[in-house]
Formats: sequence, C-alpha cells, structure tokens
Amino acid sequence: MNFTLLSPSGFWDPVLWLIFLILFGIIGYIIYSRGNPSYKQNTEQVKPYLSGNAEPSKEKIMVRAGDIYWGFIEALDEYYVVLKRMHTGDLRDYILWYLGIGAIVLFILVGGV
Amino acid sequence: MMEHLPALMIAVPLFGAFTTPLFKKRQNMAAIWALVITAATLGLSLLLLQEVLNKGIIVYVFGANKPTLVLPSGYRVPVRIIFEIDAIGAFMALSATLMSFIGALYSYSHVEMETGLEKYYALLLLLEVGILGMVLTGDLFNLFVFLEIAGIAGSALVGFRNYRGEASEAGVKYLIVSAVASLMVLFSIGLLYGQYGNLNMAYLSKQIHFDTVDMIALGLLFVSFAMKCGSVPMHYWVPDAYTEVPAGINPTLLVATYASLYALFRVSFSLFGAITWNMARVGWIMSILGVLTMFIGVTMALVQKDVKRLMSYHAISQTGYMLLGVGVGLTVLNDPAKLSAFGRAAMAGGIFHIINHIIYKSLLLMTAGALFYVTGTRNLNEMGGLARKMPYTTIAFIVGAAAISGIPPFNGFASKFLIYETSYQLNPLLAIIAMVTSVLTLASFVKVFASAFLGPPLEKYENVREVPKPMVVAMIILAILCILFGLFPNVVLNKLIYPAVDALIKLAQYQSWGGLV
Repeated sequence: MNFTLLSPSGFWDPVLWLIFLILFGIIGYIIYSRGNPSYKQNTEQVKPYLSGNAEPSKEKIMVRAGDIYWGFIEALDEYYVVLKRMHTGDLRDYILWYLGIGAIVLFILVGGV
Repeated sequence: MMEHLPALMIAVPLFGAFTTPLFKKRQNMAAIWALVITAATLGLSLLLLQEVLNKGIIVYVFGANKPTLVLPSGYRVPVRIIFEIDAIGAFMALSATLMSFIGALYSYSHVEMETGLEKYYALLLLLEVGILGMVLTGDLFNLFVFLEIAGIAGSALVGFRNYRGEASEAGVKYLIVSAVASLMVLFSIGLLYGQYGNLNMAYLSKQIHFDTVDMIALGLLFVSFAMKCGSVPMHYWVPDAYTEVPAGINPTLLVATYASLYALFRVSFSLFGAITWNMARVGWIMSILGVLTMFIGVTMALVQKDVKRLMSYHAISQTGYMLLGVGVGLTVLNDPAKLSAFGRAAMAGGIFHIINHIIYKSLLLMTAGALFYVTGTRNLNEMGGLARKMPYTTIAFIVGAAAISGIPPFNGFASKFLIYETSYQLNPLLAIIAMVTSVLTLASFVKVFASAFLGPPLEKYENVREVPKPMVVAMIILAILCILFGLFPNVVLNKLIYPAVDALIKLAQYQSWGGLV
C-alpha cells in the first residue's frame, strides 16, 4: 500500500513522520528516566512551599479560560470591538447581512465590476 | 435491490422517521430503532458508493423506467423526479449516513434523561432524509424540497431542549434563516423555470445561456447556500444553533450545513459550469469569502468561554478552508494548464477537508457534550482537572484538537497541506492567512485543554466519572477515523476524493446521461 501523498509540488509521508515521532518519543523517555529518582508522588515533597502560608484552595489558584491569552486579546482590542459590534445576536441583523452580501454578489455577477 | 438503491436511501430513513413515534412509551426502543435504521442506511450508502465508483453516474427516475420518457405531445425533456448520483453525491451521502449513525449511538446515553425522545429520533431521521435528498437529487425543485425538510427538522432539533430559553431562541433563528434562504432558492428556481420550462439540473446546465436573469438566479443561489453553509459574514446563526443543539445531533447538523456547501458547489460547477468569463470571478468570491470565514471564525473562537460556542466558531473557521480549496479550483476551472497544475489538487484539498472536518468537529463537539454531561456547565471558567476523571474523553479531545489544528499525522493535516500548497500558487497571501488561522486554531484548543482538562482536580468535580459507554464508543470511532484518514490520506483521496472532484469538474459527464435533447 502506498502511504505517500503526492501534492502538485511535494509529498507527505505519514509513515516517515511516525518513525520520527517514535524516535523522539524514545529520546524523550531516556531523558525522563534519567530524572531525579528521589521524587515520590503523594508525599509532603510535592506540596508547594508558600513561606509557611497555607495552600489556597484549588479553585482560587487555577488559571481560568478567561485569563488565557488576556494580553493577546487586549492588544487586539480595537479589532475585537468591531467584531463584537458585528455579532449582535439580533436576527434582523443576520438577514441584513445576507441582503447586503447578496446585493454585492449580484452587482459583481450582473456586470457591475 | 441494487437498481433501487437511490430510492431506498430515502425510503429507509423516511420509514424509520414515521415509525419512531410508535415507541412513545418505550423511549429506549426509539433509540435502538433509530440506531438500526441509521446503520441500515449507512450500509446502503456504502453499496451506493461502490456502485457509483464501479459503474459511473446513476440516474434513477421515480415512477418510470427511463429518464428519457417524453410526454405524448412530443415534449422531449425529462419529466418526473430524477435522482442523479455521481461520486460527490455518493461521497456526501456516505458522510451523512455515517454521522447520523454516530449521532444516534452517542444520543443513546447523552439524551436518555430527556423526554420526547421519540420525536428527537424521528427528527434526526428526517434530518438525514433531507440531507440525503439534497445530495442525491438531480432536480432543482427537489433540492428545494429537501432543503426545507432538513431546515425544519434541524430547527426543531436545535430547539429540542425547549425548557432552555436559549435553545428555543436558537431554534427560531435557525428556522427563520433557513426559511429566508429557502425562499430565495425557490425564487431563483422560479426564474430558471420561467426561462427554460424545466428544473432538471443536467438539462438546465446545457440550456443555460447566462443572460441577466440567469446571473441573478446564480447570485441568489450562491448567496443563499453560502449563508446556509455558514460563510462569513452570514455565519451568525451557526454558533447559536451548534451551541444549543444536543451534542448527538451536532454531527448530522454539521453534514446538513455541508449539504448546503455541496449545493453551492453543484450550482457553481454543474448548473453554471459552462459559464466561462465569469467563473474566475465566482472562484475569487468563494476564495475571499473562504479566507474571511476562516480568520474571523478563529479570532471569534479565541475569546469564547462557552466550550460549545468556541467549537461552533471553529466550525465556521474550518468552512473557510473548504471554500478556499474549492474556490481556488473554481478560479482556474477554465484554464486547463492551471487546473491540472494545482486546481484539481486544490479542490481535492477542499473536498477532503469536508469529510475530515465532519469527523473531527463531530468528535470535538461530542467531547464538549461529554463535558456538559458530567459537569452540567459549558462555561470553561468553571471547569478544570477533568483529564484524570475522564480519560477516554481526554484522549478523544486531544486527537480532535490535533486534527483540527492540522498537526500531523492526523486527518486535518493532509487536507490542509493540499490547501496551503495550492492556494499559495494562486496567491501567496491566501496560504499565509490559512496557516495563521491554523496556528490560532491550535492556540484556541490549547486554551480549552488547559482550562477544562489540565490543572488540579476541583473539589466540586470530585465524584464525576467518565461518560457512559455508548458516548465513549461514538467518540473513539471518530478518533480512530481521524488517525486512519491521516495515516492513509492517499487511499481516501484516490478512492473517494478524486472521483468526487472529477465528478464536479467533468461537466459533460453530468450532462451526458439518457440522451437529453
């Protein structure tokens, strides 16, 4: 069976990729197995040291979805203001967009452009 | 039986839809009955695909032996309802039946606590009938009728959880958007009927001469199907509908969306395929809508906190890849050198992406449904540490997320690889936007993975367990398909995709049956 996917100017061989994946997996495992052997799960050892303060509850310290990519979204604030203004959730706007795009496409096809 | 396969493809699920309400008092029997019917239809679609690949286009006439039957008055054009099934139609039918089966399997546990399940499964089968009719028919009016069936069944399913205000609102929105699009489709069909006195697509494609009225019909069909397939900036109904519909219906609703994309391709390539001076314009419109769709979809997904809404925006974004791939092919359709150099491969990428996306997006929406099933919320801010509690769902999510982000060796990579390379040859900017979109897609799914599955286990989810077996099995089947389609892209392309692409490109083949006048 031929695994190679030929494209107009190249090829893609998933088997070759798998071989590399396995190879890097083995290398990764070797590095992992040479780690500190004194590490023990579920002991005092794994608790965070917070200068003697009690560990806050997991709910309080977890990173929430809303915090992820905060900087990225802040940086693109102006873009998102426009996008959010477009997404009104109002059905009448949905139909207006349809009519607007319909008018543009008809203008292009009927000979306006 | 084989000669009546096209009729059975409609008759079997239709029979199932009308008999399911008989199980009103034994709702789990309704689920099993729907599973049996969808499995039987899946078997039929496999047989149909085999027939089409072996024997070429199948033309099936309801109520007559031959498609060339003429009226006694000598009116020599095909009359009666005609199904014309080529490789792309059979490919879409296989996608629809596979996803209906997977959806029914997942629904068995996912909605077992709901009431009115006999209606749920009857509507699921009706939705399947609508999709199958749309992709198998050779008649424009028939296409409209099945579009309506799919739209009405789909909107009822979107609003199925009518105890939630949001679901009812989404259902009504979907219904009205579908009705407006269908109305405009009907209006364009009326224009073409007024022009040529017939509604058979093969016949029309030979007769059409592209005057102003024809171009208005093309424009209206194009925009209506573009809205139904969720193209930006007419995509607003998609997040509403996909978020509120039960996760077991998501796969079939996805295929219903892509049945409209199929209709858009069918109109562009088969009905108006002989148009020459304008086809590059239509292709460019499709490609530009494609890149807009993918970029706006993914950037909107990045800021979502509702896991299903986030994935719904990704569904919009991925539709952009399909529009781009096929749009590139359409742009160079009438340039044989460019068509063979990269146009055919671009279309293959676009069409391959349809099935790939149906598989991995269904998988991802099912994992979102699984998260909702165990946590009772779709808000990512309230989730965390679920990987240890839901190992199978986690694995399924990782496979789906890697596939949608185009990470090798999963299926999304193979189709995106073709789309990047071929769109680059038309215009490098198109390929750059497509690649940036993939990076943002990965970023978005890293966010979902980190917030829902990683992190310390939360006390409120201490007692949650993995979802029931039917849901796990449905997700694992799709995860395996993601891997297999990624490992053997060549097999899928040669057996399924390139015949579908050729069916669209070779207009003469579509027109040539039955001695048309």
